[in-house]
This record gives sequence, structure tokens and C-alpha cells, in this order.
Amino acid sequence: MAKTKTKPLGKKRSLIGLTVAFSVICVIYVMPVFLVALNSFKKNSFVKTETFKWPTAESFAGFENFITGVTFGGYPFWQSVLYSLLITVLSTALIIFFTSMAAWYISRVNSVFCKVVYFACVFSMVIPFQMVQFTLARTADTLKLNTPWTIPVIYLGFGAGLAVFMFTGFVKSIPLEIEEAAAIDGCGPFRTYFKVVFPMLKPTIISVAILEIMWVWNDYLLPYLVLDKTKYRTIPIHIQYLKGSYGTVDLGATMALIFMSIIPVIVFYLTCQKHIIKGVAAGAVKG
Amino acid sequence: MDKKKKKKKAHSHAVVNSKLLRRPIKRAGWFFLLPMVAAFIIGFIWPFLQGMFLSFCKFTTTSSWEWVGFKNYVRAFKDSQFMYSFGYTALWTVVSVILINVLAFTVAYALTQSLKGTNIFRTVFFMPNLIGGIVLGYIWNMIFNGILSYFDTDILRETKYGFWGLIILMCWQQIGYMMIIYIAGLQAIPEDMMEAAKIDGASAWKTLTKITIPNVMPSITICMFLSITNGFKLFDQNLALTGGQPFAINLDGTSVHTTEMIALNIYNTFTESGQFAKGTAQAKAVLFFILVATIGLMQLKTTRDKEVQQ
Repeated sequence: MAKTKTKPLGKKRSLIGLTVAFSVICVIYVMPVFLVALNSFKKNSFVKTETFKWPTAESFAGFENFITGVTFGGYPFWQSVLYSLLITVLSTALIIFFTSMAAWYISRVNSVFCKVVYFACVFSMVIPFQMVQFTLARTADTLKLNTPWTIPVIYLGFGAGLAVFMFTGFVKSIPLEIEEAAAIDGCGPFRTYFKVVFPMLKPTIISVAILEIMWVWNDYLLPYLVLDKTKYRTIPIHIQYLKGSYGTVDLGATMALIFMSIIPVIVFYLTCQKHIIKGVAAGAVKG
Repeated sequence: MDKKKKKKKAHSHAVVNSKLLRRPIKRAGWFFLLPMVAAFIIGFIWPFLQGMFLSFCKFTTTSSWEWVGFKNYVRAFKDSQFMYSFGYTALWTVVSVILINVLAFTVAYALTQSLKGTNIFRTVFFMPNLIGGIVLGYIWNMIFNGILSYFDTDILRETKYGFWGLIILMCWQQIGYMMIIYIAGLQAIPEDMMEAAKIDGASAWKTLTKITIPNVMPSITICMFLSITNGFKLFDQNLALTGGQPFAINLDGTSVHTTEMIALNIYNTFTESGQFAKGTAQAKAVLFFILVATIGLMQLKTTRDKEVQQ
């Protein structure tokens, strides 16, 4: 950063210009979110005609949209928040716990079977969901994996690829001597793994967790096909339902719901921003 | 250390490994590997193989099927909507890949020029990635309709609105993501290389094309790969923004969903009621999978060849 001082004046000036330009772009960039907030306070009929105007005395709806939004479509919104939260937390925990163990086993045992499993995992990363959408939903039905408490098993299975890939990459870089030392000191595989290896995986655990949270929380099609929609709706399913099944949509209330569902995401983002960006960069190298 | 010694050491290492680590871990395989493999079979392997098999069958449920050979595939290729969706998706993907990557690279390049407030900019640009596809679709649906209402029309009226609308939406979402990858690549360029170029009096443009771009080739590979497959696999945003509308009516009475992309087309085929619908949909899905996997591999190979050896 000290370098800036030694730069010629012309360059410095262009940097200032760039900063100003970027500030403007950034304001435009957050506009959509701001518009959602703005329109969630407008009466339904004004959302479409006065999207970009500040609410007037006539169009201002106060918190009415939020009140109707919460019980919109005959389904309580807080319930879908809870289901989304439950599925996301459980799935992420399952994925991290089981795939990290599997990755350790795969890279330490390294038998033919391990290589086959690893290859299958990598292969699964390029499979589009449509390929399995029908059969996976049926399998989930037969095995009773169609509730928010059991659907994490499906997520563990379908999402294992990336996680195994990332964990294996990291485990390979851990020097064997550490585990040997633990073994010489009398640790069995269980203690070696949970006391020695697992704590060392922390950076990768965070990256994987971030990627899985982002995926599961926002996932629409998988839970839509697997869950019983009359009972269990995650946030994306709920929002899609509002739009899809009623002829005339209450846009104001929809915006209120969308606003309510974005706020926690943005808070989560701003608090773990550093980890999220790092995790994404780490996960992207999967190619 | 000479070669012989190295080899010997590696060998003794393997023995120690095997006795101390490998065998005990192997014995505990039921605990370490089994749960993940079991879930993987339920959640991926079994549905995948079953899907492969059913693409050659006429079926309405997974339990009652009848072998029909390649008929489903023939039907898929004869389906004009499927072919239209494929072309539409390909065109859309080409445009979006170019725009997203050029813009993301430009932003990343600018943000690595020791600007003030880089972190804030980065945070803002990445933010849309946290929002799910369905929600994104409805947010932009509102915005586009708001804009188009000034012209007394809306996004469902014309194909080009849906096309460019989805491009804008995806740029908004993906630029930040690709930017992060490009920034990582740009920061990894050795400082002395830049310094050498400066001393040799290379112009900014020369430095960019001869040093910067070849050095960020790995990032370009990843971003191209990601944006191409993302484009072909796009579903949520497509469903929420236009859902395939507007529908154009052909002369023979059939209709074309003019903004329906390939993933949405497969999904819609699955929900159709005809007795051949599910088989055809499954065949389309297999073709789709082959397409996505091939593009991924091809892309990876061609750009890997251009990478700078380090």
C-alpha cells in the first residue's frame, strides 16, 4: 500500500476516478435489494406501476404486507424458515462429519475400492440434477427420506462429490509423520482421526460448510421434488408457490416475504464475509 | 540425497505406514467410509444407474417399465421444443459466458490496482451470490416489469426481454463470483515478473496481454468452465423470471415456449401426462448429462493446454 505514494500524479488521479466510478457502480449494484425493501412497503397495485418511486401517502402500506405475507398462501412463513434452517444445518453437519472421515479413509487406505469411490465422487460433480430428478425423488419416497429430518441423507449423498474432493485434496497435504507419531503413542484410528486429523481440517471444514450452506439454503428443485409440499415447504418452495398457484399475485406481500428472507442471508454474509469469499475461492478450484 | 537412498526411504516408509496406519484404518472402514458410501449410493449411484436404464424404457413409475430401446431418444430428437430449447440455451450461454467473464475480469483487474475501498467493492459485488435463484428471479421480474411498464409492456410479452433479462440477472449474480476467482489469480502473479516488464518499458496493454492474461490462465479455465456449465444447467432463475413465456403459436397449432431453457424443458417433460413423457424426459436428461459432461471436459482440456507451466 505504501507504493501508492511513489506513483506519478497522473496515475493517482486516474485511481481516484476509478474509485468514484466503482462507488457509483456499487450503488447501482445494491439497487435491486433496496428496491425489494422499498416495494415491500407499497400497496400491491403500486408495485408494478411505481416500482422506482418512493412510497407516497396513497401507495404506502406500512407493515400491512408483512402481516399478510406471514400467513400468505395459507402457510405460515416462519414454518418454512424453520424447515429451511433445519435442513440446511443438519445437511451441512452430516456432510462435513461423514465426508471428511471418508476422505481421510480414501487417501490413507488408497485401495482400488477407494479409488473407485473417489472417481465416482468427482464424476458426480458434473452430473446435472435433471439426470436423477425422477429416480432420486422415487428412491427418497421409498426409503422415507422425504421429511425435513431425513432429507439431509439425500443431501449427503448427492452433495458428497465436492466435499470428498475438497477434503481429500487437503488430507493429502497433511504430513503422514503426524499421524505416525500419534499411532506410535498408542492412538487407534478413532483417536487419531478425531483428536489429531479432524482439528487440522478446520480451514477446509469452513470452506465446505460455506459452500454447502449456500447450496442447500437456496436449493429449490431437490426439496420441491422430495418433500411433501402440503406439509413441508422451504423458503424457495414457499416463494415459488405464492407466484405459481394463485392467479393474481399480491406483489407487495411477495416483496415483503422476499425482503424477510434476504435479511438473514445478508446478515450472515456480512458477519462471515471473509470466510465466505475464501471458501468460494477454494471451492472453485475444483475444476 | 541420491536416488537409491530416496527409494529405500520411501519403501521403509510404506511398510511403517502400512503397519501403523493403513491396516487399523482399513479395519475401521465400516465407521469411516461406510456411511458416506451408503448415502452416496442412495443419493447418487442408484438414481443415476436407474435413470440410465429407464431412459430406454416406457414408464410412469420406477416399478412398472417396459423396454423400448432407443425409441425415447428418437422421440427426444424429434421434439421440436427440445431442439429449440437446446439452441436457445446454447446461444444464451455463449452471450452470458462472454459478458460475465469480460466484466468479471475487468472488475477484478481494476480492483487489484490498489484502489481505496477495494474490500467494500468486493463485498458488494459478491453479495448477489448469497441469494437463491428463485428469489433472484422474482426480484428481477419486479424490476424489469417496473421498467417495461413505462413502455406499456412486460417481460412476458417478448422473447428478447426474457433473453436479455436473464442475461442481466445472471451477470448481476455471477460477476462477483468470477471476480473472486480472477482476483485470486491476479494476486498470484509473481511481482518480479511485473517489475521486469516495467523495467523493459512494456506498455500497459503489452503487460496485460503478454504477462497478466497468460498467468491467470488457470483462473480463466475455471471461470469459463463454471460459467458454461452454469449456463447450460440454469433452472431456478429461468423458472422464476419467465417460466418459458411468451408462448409462440406455430401454424400447425403447436406452441413453442420461447424462453424455455433445456433444464426447464426436461423438467416440464417429466410433468407431462402422456405415457411416453417420462421415458422421453429421462432420455433428454441423459443427453443433457452427456452434453454437460463433454463440454466440461473439452473446455478443461483446451484451456489447460494454454496454461503457463509453473
